[in-house]
Formats: sequence, C-alpha cells, structure tokens
Amino acid sequence: MTTMTVGTPVDKKRLGQTPLERQEGRFRRSLKRHSTPYLLGLVGIVWLLLLFVIPLISGLAVSLMTGNPEQGYTLTWNWSVYYDVFFNSGVSYGLFLWRALWYAAAATLVTIIIGFPMAYFIAFRVSQRWKNALLLLVALSFFVSFVIRTDMWAFVLSDQGPVLTVLRDLHLAGKDFHILGTSAAVIGGMAYNDLAFMVLPLYVALERIDPRLIEASADLYGNKTRTFTRVVLPLTRSGLFAGILLVFIDSAGDPVNASLLGGTHTYVIGQAIQDAYLTNQQYNVAAALSTVLMIVLGIILFVYARIAGTDNIEDLV
Amino acid sequence: MSAALGTEPVTTAQLVSEPIGERRGRKRPLLPIIYWVVIAITMVPILVMIIYSFNNTPTNRITFQWHGFTTYWYENLTQVQGLGGSFLVSIEIAVLAAVISIAIGVPLAMSLERYRFALRGPLNAVVFANIAAPSIVVGAASLSFFLSSSVPLGYLTILLVHVTFCIAYVVVVVRARLSGMGTVLEQAAGDLGANPFTAFWKVTFPMLIPAMFAGAALALAMSIDDYVITSFVAGPTVTFPLFVYGAAKVGLPPQVLCFGTIVFVVALLIALLNGAVTRRGGAKS
Repeated sequence: MTTMTVGTPVDKKRLGQTPLERQEGRFRRSLKRHSTPYLLGLVGIVWLLLLFVIPLISGLAVSLMTGNPEQGYTLTWNWSVYYDVFFNSGVSYGLFLWRALWYAAAATLVTIIIGFPMAYFIAFRVSQRWKNALLLLVALSFFVSFVIRTDMWAFVLSDQGPVLTVLRDLHLAGKDFHILGTSAAVIGGMAYNDLAFMVLPLYVALERIDPRLIEASADLYGNKTRTFTRVVLPLTRSGLFAGILLVFIDSAGDPVNASLLGGTHTYVIGQAIQDAYLTNQQYNVAAALSTVLMIVLGIILFVYARIAGTDNIEDLV
Repeated sequence: MSAALGTEPVTTAQLVSEPIGERRGRKRPLLPIIYWVVIAITMVPILVMIIYSFNNTPTNRITFQWHGFTTYWYENLTQVQGLGGSFLVSIEIAVLAAVISIAIGVPLAMSLERYRFALRGPLNAVVFANIAAPSIVVGAASLSFFLSSSVPLGYLTILLVHVTFCIAYVVVVVRARLSGMGTVLEQAAGDLGANPFTAFWKVTFPMLIPAMFAGAALALAMSIDDYVITSFVAGPTVTFPLFVYGAAKVGLPPQVLCFGTIVFVVALLIALLNGAVTRRGGAKS
C-alpha cells in the first residue's frame, strides 16, 4: 500500500561516472532514503514529543509532588497521593469519577440509539446527491461555538424558559420541577454536543457495506431482523467503535455540560480537575486525578476493544 | 429495524426492478421521522441564538421576553468590555494555529504515509493518542509542563497547545488524501524525468491542496472552539470561548450571540462553498 519509491529518474550525470563515484552516490542516496522520513517529519516529531508526550509524563510527575500553593511544589515521589486523593481527601473524588463515567456511558448510549437510525437513513435511504447535505445538517451544531450552544440549552431549559413555562401552564410540571441541574440535563447536553461524532463514523461504516450482501442475506432467507443483526451490525463494528471512542472519552472528561446544565448534584471529575488546578491550585491533586482519569478510560476502552473487537485501531484515525 | 415486515419472500426480479432503498423507504417512514425530529431538536440552540441576537432587551443580558427586533447589538459589537478583544485573540490564534499546523502536519503526514521507518509505529500511536486523549487531561498535562518548565502562561502557550492538537487533525486529513491518491502519478512524473523534488512540487503538492484546505479548516474550527484545554494554559489571556464561559455564569450579553451568529454564517458559507468546489473538482477528475 505504501510505496516509497517515486520512480527511478533517468540520471544523465550518472552515465559518465567512475565506479567509485557511483558507489558514493548510491551510498548518499540510500542515506537519503533512510533519513527522508525523519527529515520530513522532524519538526512534527520534535513538536509532538515536546508538547504532547513530555507534558503527559510531566503530568504524572506533578502528581507525585508535595507542597502547597504558597511555597510551591517539589518532586518527592509521593505515590500515596493516589490513595489519599480518593480516601483521605475529604472530597468524594471517587464519586465524581464514577458519575462522569456513568454520564458518559449514558450519553454514548443515547447517541447510539439516536445516531444509528440517522446514519442508516443517510446511508441507505437517501439518493447520492442529498447525502452530503444531510450529513452537513448533522454537523451543523459544530458551526456554533461549543460554549454558546450549550448555554443556549441552559437558556431554553431554564426555569423561566419556554419549555418549562409551557409545561407549567399545561399543568404537566409542578412548580418545583426543574430540568437544569439534573443528571438528565447533563447527559442530554453531552449527547447533543457529541451526536455528530457518533453519526459520522457510523455513516462511513454503513456506506461501505455492499448492498448485495443485504440482498444475499435475503436470498438466504434471512428476515429483516436477522439481516440487520447478522450482516449490517457486524459490518459497522469499526464505525461503532470509533463513535464510542470519541463520544465516551469526550463526555467523560468534559466539565462544560455539567457546569452549564448541571448543578451541585452533577459535579463531575472534569470540573474537579479544573477546580483543583485553577481555583485551589492543588497541582498534585489535579494531576493525580487527571492521570487516574486517563488510565481508567484507557482500561475501559482496551477491555471494550478486546471484547467487541475492532479490526484495526489505525482505521479509526 | 422492526421485525414487523417479517419474512416476505423476496424474489430476484423484485430486487432487480426496485432498489432496496426505495422499496423500504415507501413502506417505513420511521427512519426519516427520527432523522428530521433529531435535526429539528439540534437546530433549537442555533435558532435561539440567531433570533435572540436581534432581541431589543432593555438590559445588557439576554432575556426570554421578546422586546422587539433590533440590530442595535450588531451595531455595538464592541460595547462589551473585553468581548471584541477576546474574539480577535481567538481568530488570530486560530489562523496562526491552522497555518503552523499545516506547515508541520503535511510533511509529517507524508513521512507517515509514504515511508516505513522505526518511529512510524510510535508516531502513529502519538497522533492517535493526541486525538483520543480527553481535553481535560491534555489541558492539565500541558499546564503541568508549562508550570514545571516555568514558561509564562498566555498567548504563546495557548498557541503552542492549539498547534499541538491541530497537527493531529491535519495529519489525519492529509494522510487520508495521500493514501487515496496513491503514487502512480508521481511514478509517471519520475518516468518522464522529474526528480523526486520536482515530482512533489508539480504533482503531489497540487493534489494535496484540497486536503490542506480541509485540514486547515478543521484546525481553525477546533482552535476557535476550544474551551477546555485553553482554560488551563490561558493565564491572563482571554479567548472567545473563555469569555463566553465566564459570562454564561451571570447571563450572556446579547453581543455574544451576535458574534456566534456571525461565526455560524461565515462557517456555513465556507462549508457550502467548499462543497461546491469539491463537487466541481470531483466532476473533473
């Protein structure tokens, strides 16, 4: 698939070369060939190393520091921070982590339930010329700033907003019925914000399915349900995995939905990390929480990938 | 997806005369209903934003009470302290991040797609992790790094971090294009006497331009919209999302909705234009 030669140009100079010169040239060319990818990628490699890989490691290092905001922090290899944060800190970080994970799982489930029919509709029911337009509609929310569109929901769903006003006027909701501040609002916000992350990879996977496979299944007396569960669903595995990856990870760490749509009972790990770092300046606590979050998400996705199986992780990138 | 239609016998003749899609579409409106209802719901915040950017509120906060149509807020965009400045900062950083990440990401994508080398696997993993890692972790880690290396937080750190996450998106988009177009044309250029450098500039580079625009657009969008990572490394600098987030706690000034609407319209126009251009390009090739 990846051919690296770009043809062998006819080199007129080479015709009059001595064998030694030719050998030297070959050596230089081979050196060039081996160093080309590094030269091409040099800036990128250094950049990603310096500003992505090393920061992730330094995040771990900061978590092992002790100190306080006034006197600064020093590295003391304080591994016990990982125990203390969850069991001796007096703050229920474990609960916040658990809450973030279940919100993210619920939001992911919602995007699958809503997103699969949408992707299926675009892939199989719409003529070629309308597909791009319908996909654009799915992604249209992304054209509005994330914080604005989330806050617009807070505006619409607020106690004085139209939704609750109408519900109250119809006596469908009592005076103390709220939408904002509930887990449902936060999960809904996450699902809304990440819906396209589910629909687009699912669409790509569905679009790749050869319609003849569905016909073949029908020919082999597979009914609609069986065709769907035995043919379509397995073929969308990679798209589903990509969607779950994007939605789940994004939602699990997100502090914005919980902050704008939630309340004190929806406080999640993302907000805890932000507050520990930016408000309380407990750098080691914040770094430890973020390391734990990353490891937990890594484990969950690894286990999921092993159970559900994905063909090739590089396909997702 | 319901089993209601069950096991009606399907003959080959039917399949030939009627494409599957159409046959099902007539009988079951469930999928289009789901699609359009969900789309309608996702339009709510957009419509509310656009409509209420024209609301003539007596206060400087958005309210649900409709006070009549006005373009006052559009005429006084910069009236709110700090809003216009934060918007300019966001635009600047987004453009710079897009340009720099293209300059770095395109050669990186070339090396990852066209060569096999020892660092290829680890680099792929880093690019993947860069996209997959939760923003909050990336933000916290970047802040840890800048604090421990005593880099002062501000404009520069925001730009550095934005370029970092944009590179990954550029690499993905450009690689997809590179792997799609193969090396046949480059080989042809080589056969016609072009050296690899000429082949790149005359053949590969022009073919990559659409992907570079797509990558730049994605980088621009990601940068201008980022709140979580930026909130960690911004220091005293305020970007547009940071301003909006801060203002959201006390109620947004209507001008925020104006900026949101302007960005929305511009982005939509660019997307439509891009769609038109790609369609024409597709027809040509």
